[in-house]
Parts: sequence; C-alpha cells; structure tokens
Amino acid sequence: MRYVKECAVILGITLVGEWMNDTLPFPVPAGVYGLFLMLFLFCLGVLKLEQVEATGNFLLDIMPVLFVPAAVGLMESFEQLRPVLVPVAGVCAISTLVVMGVTGGIAEVFLKRMGNKKTKNRKKSREGRGERK
Amino acid sequence: MSFAGDSLYFGVVISLLAYWWGLWLKKKLGWAVLNPILVAVVLVIVVLKLLRVDYADYNEGAQYISYLLTPATVCLAIPLYKQLALLRQNLLAVVIAIAAGVAASAVSIFLLCLLFRMEHVYYVTLLPKSITTAIGMGVSEEAGGIVTITVVCIIVTGILGNIIGETVFRFLHLENPIARGLALGTSAHAVGTAKALELGEIEGAMSSLSVAVAGLMTVVVVPLVSNWI
Repeated sequence: MRYVKECAVILGITLVGEWMNDTLPFPVPAGVYGLFLMLFLFCLGVLKLEQVEATGNFLLDIMPVLFVPAAVGLMESFEQLRPVLVPVAGVCAISTLVVMGVTGGIAEVFLKRMGNKKTKNRKKSREGRGERK
Repeated sequence: MSFAGDSLYFGVVISLLAYWWGLWLKKKLGWAVLNPILVAVVLVIVVLKLLRVDYADYNEGAQYISYLLTPATVCLAIPLYKQLALLRQNLLAVVIAIAAGVAASAVSIFLLCLLFRMEHVYYVTLLPKSITTAIGMGVSEEAGGIVTITVVCIIVTGILGNIIGETVFRFLHLENPIARGLALGTSAHAVGTAKALELGEIEGAMSSLSVAVAGLMTVVVVPLVSNWI
C-alpha cells in the first residue's frame, strides 16, 4: 500500500499546484507551485521524506526520459524554423555556454570567498577566546 | 492505419527502448555527444519516419510519459529539502549567481541577435530560452514572440546544456557542487537538472532551485529588455 499512499500525496500536491496555477494571477507553472508547496510541507513537518521518497525517487530517476516525447515534437516545427535555423541555433548554443559559464564561475568565486571569510571568522573568535584566557 | 500508429503503447515503448539504447551506447563508446536524450530523440524520429507514423499518433501514447513531468517537477522538492541547510548557509552566493546567469542570458541573446541582425520577433522568441517550458511559453507569448519556436529553443537549449555541462565544468575548473548545480539549472532548466541529479544530490538540489528562481527572475527581466531590438 506504500505506493498508493505516496502517489496520492505527490499527485495531490500536483493537483493543488495546478489549482494555484489556474487561480493565482502569476505566470508560475503548476510544477513549480507544487515544488514549493511540498518543500513548505516538509519544513512544517506535516510531510515526512519517507512518505514520498520511494515514488519521488522513481520519478526523479526517470526524469530524463520524460523529455523525449516533447523533443520528438521538434520534427513538427522544423519547417517553421528552417528560414532562421542557423542564427537561432547559433544564439542558442553560444548563449547557453555563456549562461552556464557566468553562473558557475560567479558561484564558484563567491562560495570560495565567503567560505574563506567564515573560516577566518571562526579562527578569529577562537583566537579571541584564547586571549581572554 | 498501421498497428504502430493505432497502438496506445507503441509511443511509450519506443521512447523507453530508444532511451535505454542511448544509455547503452553512451556506456559502450563513452562520448559526451552521445547524450541518451539526444540519441533517443533521433532514434524515435527515424523509427517514426521509417514506419510512417505521424507525431500525433505517436504522441497519443507518448503523452502519458510527458504527463509525469509535472509530478516529477514537484518531487524536485525532495533533494532540495535534504540540502536546505547548505542552501541557507550559502543563500547570498546562490541568489547572486542565479541573478548573474539570468542577466547574462538576456545580454548575450541581445548581443548575438544584433550580431546576426535578427528581427524583434525572433529576439523576444529567444529571450526565455534558458527557462523551463511552462514558464517560457507564457513569457514568449506576453512579449509577442513565436511560442512554438520558443519551445523548440528551450528543448534544444536543455539538451545542449545537458550534453556540454561536464565538459564546461572541466574546462573552467568548476569543482564546487553548488556552483555546478546552479550553472546547470540556470542555463538548461529541468533537462540540465536531470544531468545535475546524475552528478550528485547537492548538484541536483541547487539545479532544482535554479530552475524555479531563474524562471521567475526571467519573467521580471524580459519585459525590461524586450524593446532593445
């Protein structure tokens, strides 16, 4: 019965996400509402990881396959894309590379700097305590 | 009509088998270009063409695969919750990195469209290309773009990000799992997140968060820059 309960919880949250997408005026998709809703329920302690983990991990595991049918749909829009194929492909490729590099690079630098500050602060407070002794 | 076109399970089975074969091929040859999603898509298209099955007939069955995408997105809360402490500790760096990525996306698309002398309609069509389809479609429509082309660009971007991720990380010496996850999610949305989950739980969690945050930031940014071209 484990899977029945887990599916009911996950699909129930998805349903509420769908309802929020339908009712609220923001351009937020049902899945993203559902994601934050589930996160919120975890934080409140109403929902435990064990109550959704088996089915949840299954869905996360098969996630790459879930994109296949939509991507196969590209064969339908190819004609429409043909006149601008080269520049559009160029923009997609280069800007994806830029976004990935910029996000990752800035994160790496900031995380390193903040990490160093934290260890320094910790060292300082340790030294401070040492002096008082 | 042929049996393959009529069947409700043909689309599902062919998609799963094609992905399975893609996994096997990658393991066998080990090339990064042989991304299982890409291999599966090409293989399914070839099979459909050979058997003369229309996309609509294929999708009659395959839509049940896509149906699971929304609950799977909801379940991204699981890795995110497990890494919540790590996120709180590094919140400022995380938000700055995602914001920088969203800005880099808008600026690079603007410059490239100038370079390729593209019209306004293609510029706004391309602007939401790095965010998840469900948000991107709405952004494109609102800005006056061609929604079907936006969807194509979003999917192509996702698969591309999924393919080049590991190579880019090696090349730029990005070693921090938080940075890797943020880079994948901000540049290649949920398809990038699928790769991030393969790399590790921290990567997966940070990528999941980026999909949501970058998507929402893009909603705000696109109207501000949509008149640049």
